[in-house]
Amino acid sequence: MNAVTHPVGRGRGEAPLDVARVRLDFPILARSVNGQPLAYLDNAASSQRPQSVIDAISHYYEHSHANVHRGVHALSQEATDLFEGARRRVQHFINARTPREIVFVRGTTEAINLVAQSWGRPALRQGDEILISHLEHHANIVPWQLLCEQTGARLRVIPMTRAGELDFDAYPDLLSDRTRLLALAHVSNSLGTIVPVRRFIAEARRRGVTVLLDGAQAVPHMKVDVQALDCDFYCFSSHKMCGPTGIGVLYGREALLNAMPPWQGGGDMILAVSFERTIYNEVPHKFEAGTPHIAGAVGLAAAVDYLETLGLERIAAAEHQLLTHANERLCEIPGLTLVGTAPEKCAVVSFTLDGVHPHDLGTILDHQGVAIRTGHHCAMPVMEFFGLPATARASFSFYNTHDEVERLAAAVELARRMFA
Amino acid sequence: MDLRDLYRDVIVDHNRNPRNFRVMPDADRHAEGFNPLCGDRLTLYVKLEGDTIRDVSFEGSGCAISVASASLLTESVKGRGVAEAERLFATMHELLTSPDATIDPAPLGKLGALSGVREFPARVKCASLCWHTLDAALHSQAEPVSTEGNPAEWP
Repeated sequence: MNAVTHPVGRGRGEAPLDVARVRLDFPILARSVNGQPLAYLDNAASSQRPQSVIDAISHYYEHSHANVHRGVHALSQEATDLFEGARRRVQHFINARTPREIVFVRGTTEAINLVAQSWGRPALRQGDEILISHLEHHANIVPWQLLCEQTGARLRVIPMTRAGELDFDAYPDLLSDRTRLLALAHVSNSLGTIVPVRRFIAEARRRGVTVLLDGAQAVPHMKVDVQALDCDFYCFSSHKMCGPTGIGVLYGREALLNAMPPWQGGGDMILAVSFERTIYNEVPHKFEAGTPHIAGAVGLAAAVDYLETLGLERIAAAEHQLLTHANERLCEIPGLTLVGTAPEKCAVVSFTLDGVHPHDLGTILDHQGVAIRTGHHCAMPVMEFFGLPATARASFSFYNTHDEVERLAAAVELARRMFA
Repeated sequence: MDLRDLYRDVIVDHNRNPRNFRVMPDADRHAEGFNPLCGDRLTLYVKLEGDTIRDVSFEGSGCAISVASASLLTESVKGRGVAEAERLFATMHELLTSPDATIDPAPLGKLGALSGVREFPARVKCASLCWHTLDAALHSQAEPVSTEGNPAEWP
């Protein structure tokens, strides 16, 4: 195989991504919207899928589907091998110690709720404290509020600066001898801030505080190593990292998972059931009641393969260039204000435009084929902090182009003129 | 489908200079409307004289469609009877949601400028929020109106 027909990225070492070729892997990027070529800049909400992921799912259903962990027949064994193979694929991707530390769930939201109910509910007492931050997604706020209502624990919040960074100086005082859990976003979905989680984790570990990271916005954009991070739980979603919807991952330290009671009861999570007594299955199966999303796991494994073939470092480099370009172009537009200006960011640009509501901006951009998210981004406390009802948010992926950055800027400029 | 069908001059003008945009401390009725999906929030005030809407005003924040729609609403219902305003609400609802253009926008006057909204399904709630809020105010409904509260009532 020569270099021309080689899959994108493989064996190319330090060469930057060939974005034009990468785009050919994504069928949806060829379509038009409102008569314009699609510029998909809503990747923080959900990414698109390469053909290899779509094919892996189709192939699974066309050739290998049966229920897992059950029959002795060939298809059941094949499906089980694919499903458990996907688990090992994910394990290596995030450098977990063993596949037993990888629990398949519906997504980040379910992963966090699982930890809240299975780890938190039995462990927390009246007056215990859960520490989160001001820039969390609602999925890393509400499950803890529910847990607080159930246990009498208290929610405490690490403040944020005007740049959209966590205030590390305020952090040590918020850690008390009642703090049981630190639950932080690895990357902010609304602003793109990369949280320096290692500093926060080091302090928490010194005090024996359990640590959960919401990695939904991090895993698609950077190399994540759960052992190096030294966290106890790490949660992420497949659909934001080029995989199918409806599946995600909870990484948990094996000892913690072993000590936690099941989350839902049913088939697959048991070893033996009688009316007197049920013996639960080993981890991770203890947490996977019912027939799992087998095709989803297969698709997720294909997505991991795809991202690793491109290389997370090269993905991060390409996306950083898009971010720099977008910052430069948008800042030239009169009346435009960037919201979230942390020095370390993923390729997310949240902004407002004087005299133009984000919702109108979203419609006008859509009319130009440019898809962005407008609203509160499931982070209402962040919006409240900045005194805004909503922002416009463009979020980039490695398959976006610098031409699309120009189209974003041109469409914003058009909106400004329409309302001038 | 043209953006100018949505953002007609009347809409852009009423967004930039909303009419009757003020708090009414001596209102007989008022109600709040909220669209949690986009953060649009408005309060509508009504002063009645018998069955006649003597004065109407609003305040709040929202997108151009919601602000212009509320502004146009205040201009169009001021001086009308309550029953007449309710009939106008029904007509507006149909104008905004009917898939084919069966409603003749001409008798609606300036309100007809909102007929382009039906081509943009994601924006229909922006335009109808103020009308639902007026309806709540006229019926002295205490609970704030939400575009997401009772999906059955919404297009």
